[in-house]
Amino acid sequence: MKALKKVIHNLDPKFEKGGKWEKMYPLYETLSTFLFTPKHVTEKGAHIRDGVDLKRTMFMVVLALIPCLLFGIYNTGHWHYELLSHVDPEYSGYGSYLAGFGEKVAYGLIQVLPLVIVSYGAGLAVEFVFGFIKGHGLHEGFLVSGMLIPLTMPADVPLWMVAVATVFAVVIGKEVFGGTGMNILNVALTARAFLFFAYPTKMSGDKVWKSGTDEIAANFTANGDKLPDAYTGATALGDLQSFVGDSPTVAGKSLSGAASNSEMIESFGNAYDPIHAFIGMIPGSVGETSVLAALLGGAILLFTGVASWRIILSFFAGGFVFGLLMNAVGANAYMEIPAYYHLVIGGFAFGAVFMATDPVTASQTQYGKLWYGFLGGGLAILIRVLNPAYPEGVMLAILFMNVMAPLVDHYVVQLNISRRKKRFKTKTA
Amino acid sequence: MSINMSKAVRLRKGLDIKLVGEADKVKADLEMPSVVALKPADFHGLVPKLILKEGQKIKRGEVVFYDKYNKDIKWVSPVAGSLQEIVRGAKRKILEVRIKVDGLEDVVSIDPVDPSNASRDEVKKIMLDNGLWPFIKQRPLDIIADPAVTPKAIFVSAFDSAPLAPDYDFILHGQDQDFQHGLNALAKLTDGKVHLTLNSKVPADKAFQNAKNVNINKIAGKHPAGNVGTQIHHIDPVDKGEYVFTVNPQDVVTIGKFFAEGKFDPTRIVAYTGSEAENRKYFRTVIGANISSIVEKNLSSENVRVISGNALTGTKIEKDGYLGFYDAQITVLPEGDEYKFFLTKGWLGPGLDKYSSHRLFPTWLLGKKKYRLDTNLNGEERGFVVTGEMEKVLPFDILPMQLIKAIMTKDIDAMEQLGIYEIAPEDFALCEYVCTSKIDIQEKVREGLDVIKEECM
Repeated sequence: MKALKKVIHNLDPKFEKGGKWEKMYPLYETLSTFLFTPKHVTEKGAHIRDGVDLKRTMFMVVLALIPCLLFGIYNTGHWHYELLSHVDPEYSGYGSYLAGFGEKVAYGLIQVLPLVIVSYGAGLAVEFVFGFIKGHGLHEGFLVSGMLIPLTMPADVPLWMVAVATVFAVVIGKEVFGGTGMNILNVALTARAFLFFAYPTKMSGDKVWKSGTDEIAANFTANGDKLPDAYTGATALGDLQSFVGDSPTVAGKSLSGAASNSEMIESFGNAYDPIHAFIGMIPGSVGETSVLAALLGGAILLFTGVASWRIILSFFAGGFVFGLLMNAVGANAYMEIPAYYHLVIGGFAFGAVFMATDPVTASQTQYGKLWYGFLGGGLAILIRVLNPAYPEGVMLAILFMNVMAPLVDHYVVQLNISRRKKRFKTKTA
Repeated sequence: MSINMSKAVRLRKGLDIKLVGEADKVKADLEMPSVVALKPADFHGLVPKLILKEGQKIKRGEVVFYDKYNKDIKWVSPVAGSLQEIVRGAKRKILEVRIKVDGLEDVVSIDPVDPSNASRDEVKKIMLDNGLWPFIKQRPLDIIADPAVTPKAIFVSAFDSAPLAPDYDFILHGQDQDFQHGLNALAKLTDGKVHLTLNSKVPADKAFQNAKNVNINKIAGKHPAGNVGTQIHHIDPVDKGEYVFTVNPQDVVTIGKFFAEGKFDPTRIVAYTGSEAENRKYFRTVIGANISSIVEKNLSSENVRVISGNALTGTKIEKDGYLGFYDAQITVLPEGDEYKFFLTKGWLGPGLDKYSSHRLFPTWLLGKKKYRLDTNLNGEERGFVVTGEMEKVLPFDILPMQLIKAIMTKDIDAMEQLGIYEIAPEDFALCEYVCTSKIDIQEKVREGLDVIKEECM
C-alpha cells in the first residue's frame, strides 16, 4: 500500500498547475481521491471534522441498490424463459420461478449488465467533460444515478437509447444547473421520463416487459406458430388500467365485457398474488418489481441514516391513504382494487426508497419532507388510477414533487419565521 | 412564563464529541512568560490604533491601543515591561503586539470601587479606561459590546460544553468574592437581568451556586448547551434592535478583581488538553502568554496542531505562539496531513478511528469510547447534498441550511427572518463538523454577520 501511495503521489506535481499533465488533473484527481482520502487539513473553522463524506454516503446508496439489481437480473431471466416455456417444449418446465436458475441468471446478466455499463459509461463521460471544463474531478452524485437508470428501464430497451437518455439527463437535468447538489429534477427519473416520452413503444405497452418477446415472436411465426398475445403480457398496472377501458384483460386473458367489478378484481388477485408481487416475481422494469429488495435497500439506507425515514414512511402512507380514498369513491374496478396492492405493484416501493429520497431534489426541511413524501405517494396513485395515458404514476408524481419541493419548503420556512416572530410579540405583550 | 423567573432548559439536539486528552484537575503555577502578546484578530473587526512605539516602557494596566472606530474601547498591557515588537501582516495589518515581560510590579492602579454603590456611567468608564471592556461581547454580531447601548440582559455561562473544555467549576473554585464583584459590576450595565446559566448535569461550584444579584438558570443537554448563544435563545432571545451582552466566567473574575483591588489582574487559568498533549493539567499563567513553556516540552508527537481554544472554534497558533484573549484552553491535536488508503483509514474504511454523528460509521455502537481525531478534512468540499444533518446538532428554532443559503446568496431579508441576530459562528461549529459536503459553515456565518453589520446596524 505504501508503495502504491508513493507511486501515485510522486505524480502529484505533474498534474498540478504548471505541471506537464496539468490538463488531465480532473481524471487524476478522481482516481487518486478514490484510492486515498486526500491529505487536506482543516484551514478555517472547526479543526476536526466528521468522518463522513459524499463518497461514503453515495457508496452506501449504490450498495443499497445491489439487492434490486441482483433480483432484477434474475427476474429478467425468469420472464424470458417463462415466455419460452409456452412455445418451446425444450423449456416447458421453466414457467416455475426457480426452475433453470443458472440459465435465467446467465440470460439476465447478458441483458442487464450492458444497460449498467452503458449508463455508467455515458454518464461518466459527460461528467468528465464537465469536470474538465470546470477543472474538478468527478463528483459522486452520478455513481448513484448511473445505477438507478438501468434499474428503471425495461430490460430490452436498446442500449443507444440508454446512452442518449443518460446524456440528456446529466446535461439538461443536472449540469446546466451547476452540477451535483444543484439539480431540480432527479437525474435518473429525468432519463426515464425522456425515454418514456420520446420512445414510448420501448417503454410501455405489452411487448416490452418480458425480455426477448420480439425475438421469440419472430421465431415462432417462422415455424408457422404465432406467439399468443396471452403470453406476452402487460404489467400488473397495465392490466389494471384495462379495467377502466372496453376490454379488461388480466395477464393476457381477456375478461368478458360483462365482468363485474368484483369478478375483475378477483381474477386480478388470482393472476397477481400479493406475496409474489411483494417478492417481485412479476414482469416490469429491471429493478422495480421486488418490493422486498427495495425494502432491503431501504433498510440499509435507514439503518445508516442516508435516506430520510420521513420521506419513505410518508410516501407509503400517502400511497395507502390515496388508495383507500379511491376505494371510497369506487367508481370502477380499478378504484376498488385493495389499497395495499398499490404499494406492492409497479415501481412504488422502488420510487419511495430510492427516488423520492434523493436529498437534492426532495424537500429539505424536516416537516417539508413529510408533506413531500405524502403528496408524492398520493399523487402516484392518483395518476395511476385516474389518468388513462400513464399506467405508472410514480415517476411523474416524484418529478412533479421535485418541482414542488421548494414550494413545500417555502411554507415550512414561513411557518418557522412567523413562529419566531410570535415569540418576540408574546414576550413584549 | 415571565422572563424574570429562573428557567430550566432541556435540549434534545446537540453532539458531544468525545476526544482523548482531558486535563487533570490539578493546578500548576507557570513561570512568568518572557513575552506576552495582544492579537487584534481575537476581536473581530477591530482596527487597533497604537499609543506606544516599539521599545517604549509600559506598566501593567497601561493602555496599549484603542479601537480606531470606537476610541473609548481600550486594551491594556497585562504585564509590566516594554513594547518588544509589532508584528504586521499583509497591508500592514497588525497581527500581534508583543510585550517583553519585566514582571507585574510596575502597575497602574486606582482606588478600589464597590460597583454596587457606583452608577452605571462610573462602572462603564472604569471598565472602558482600564481595558476591561473587551471582555464583554454582544449579540447580535458576536463582537465587542458597543458601550453606547444598554443591553436588555447579560448572559454568563457557568460551563463550557465544547470538546475537552476547561471545567469552570474547577477554575473558579475559591474565587467566589471576585466573581460576585464582577457580577455586581455587570449588573450595573443593564436594566434587565444578569443570567447565570448552570449545567444541570453536575453540581456547580459554590462560586456559581451562591452567586447573588443574578438570575440562575439551568440547562441540560449536549454541546452546545454551554454556549451563551444557546442559552440566550432559550431564555431571552435577541430580536432585531435588541442587545444582549455576554462574558466568560473567568473574565467576570478579572473584572471583579479590578473593582476590588484597583489593579488589572492578568491571571488566566488555562486547561492544557488534547491527545498529543502530555502533562495535561490546568496552568496558571497570564492573558496573552507565550505558550512555548507549556507546549514545547509537553508533546507526545511532532506533527501537531496547537490550538488556542477548543477543537471546534479555537485559533490555530504556533508551538511558540500566544494564548488568545478569550481562551482558557489549549488543545493539541495530531495534524492530519497524510493520504489515507480508502479501505483502511480512508473514506470506505471501517471507521473505528472516526467520530461521526452519522450512522455510516460505527461511532454510535461504540458508546463511551474516546477518539484521537486529527485535523484531516476527511473528504473534499462539495455542494450541499445531504439534508437534515445540521438540524440534529443545532438546538435552536432556526433552520440552519436555509439560513446558510440565505447568507451565501446575501439575501438580507431572509437572513433577518431566519435568525441571524441570534447566532454566532461558534453556535454553528457543530453544523460545520457534521457537514458531509465539508463546507466552512462558521466562516459563512461570520460573512453573514459582517453583511448585517454593514447594512443593518
